[in-house]
Amino acid sequence: MESNVIEKSIELNAPVSRVWQALTDHRQFGQWFCVRIDAPFQPGQPSTGYITHPGYEHVRWEAVVQKIEPEHTFSFTWHPYAIDPAVDYSQETPTLVEFTLTSTPTGTLLRVTESGFENIPAARRAEAFLKDGNGWAAQMRNIEAYVAQHP
Amino acid sequence: MSPSTPNPRKHNPRAPAQLFAALGDETRLTLLGRLTNGQQRSITDLAHNSPLTRQAITKHLRVLERARIIRCTRSGRERLYELDPLPVQSLKNYLDALSTQWDSALSRLRTFVEAKPD
Repeated sequence: MESNVIEKSIELNAPVSRVWQALTDHRQFGQWFCVRIDAPFQPGQPSTGYITHPGYEHVRWEAVVQKIEPEHTFSFTWHPYAIDPAVDYSQETPTLVEFTLTSTPTGTLLRVTESGFENIPAARRAEAFLKDGNGWAAQMRNIEAYVAQHP
Repeated sequence: MSPSTPNPRKHNPRAPAQLFAALGDETRLTLLGRLTNGQQRSITDLAHNSPLTRQAITKHLRVLERARIIRCTRSGRERLYELDPLPVQSLKNYLDALSTQWDSALSRLRTFVEAKPD
């Protein structure tokens, strides 16, 4: 389902080789992704570390590197929004994050997709909760109407 | 009803996880369904036609209350529950929030690769 995929494209004014480095060198990746990663990325291997984003320093970085196809595809699986230390996310199916690079006359077209949200119990629950078929959407309107009447 | 000013809830990064956990249960979803008309209901009311004991229902209501999906007020000896719609509405923003995180990450990547060319 389309709503279960996050898709981003960005034109970067830098050659593919430069972008590739920024993505796949674990230290460079860490600089812009705001994460301190313990060791170089290896296909099929877990990658661990800590988020360095202010306010999220308690959050561990845990991903499993999938593909490293030089200057073309880099992907990993992880648990998005896995920010509650009290929750064991390891039982949930992770999402897949995939970066693909294409050379352009001015630099690099970088595409990022994150997919697999339909397999996350949490996201599925939220979706089911809000889905039309369950009448939740109608109930949401009730709630909104109620809130509007009871400011 | 107590006057409720719109609560500009302080951004709490843990809130989504708590919400999802609270919603991950058929009974609780059913209980919520009974509260979505915006009226206050007592435990007796909510337990009506339910195979569950009052005790079990109270337990589920507490989980929803802790996740701030519902709130409880007292009317004499009775506890009355009502839906707090704000957190439910915030669920809609889950994927949007992730999407925004990607936007910021990619804009940091842009600064990173464009400022330090090889």
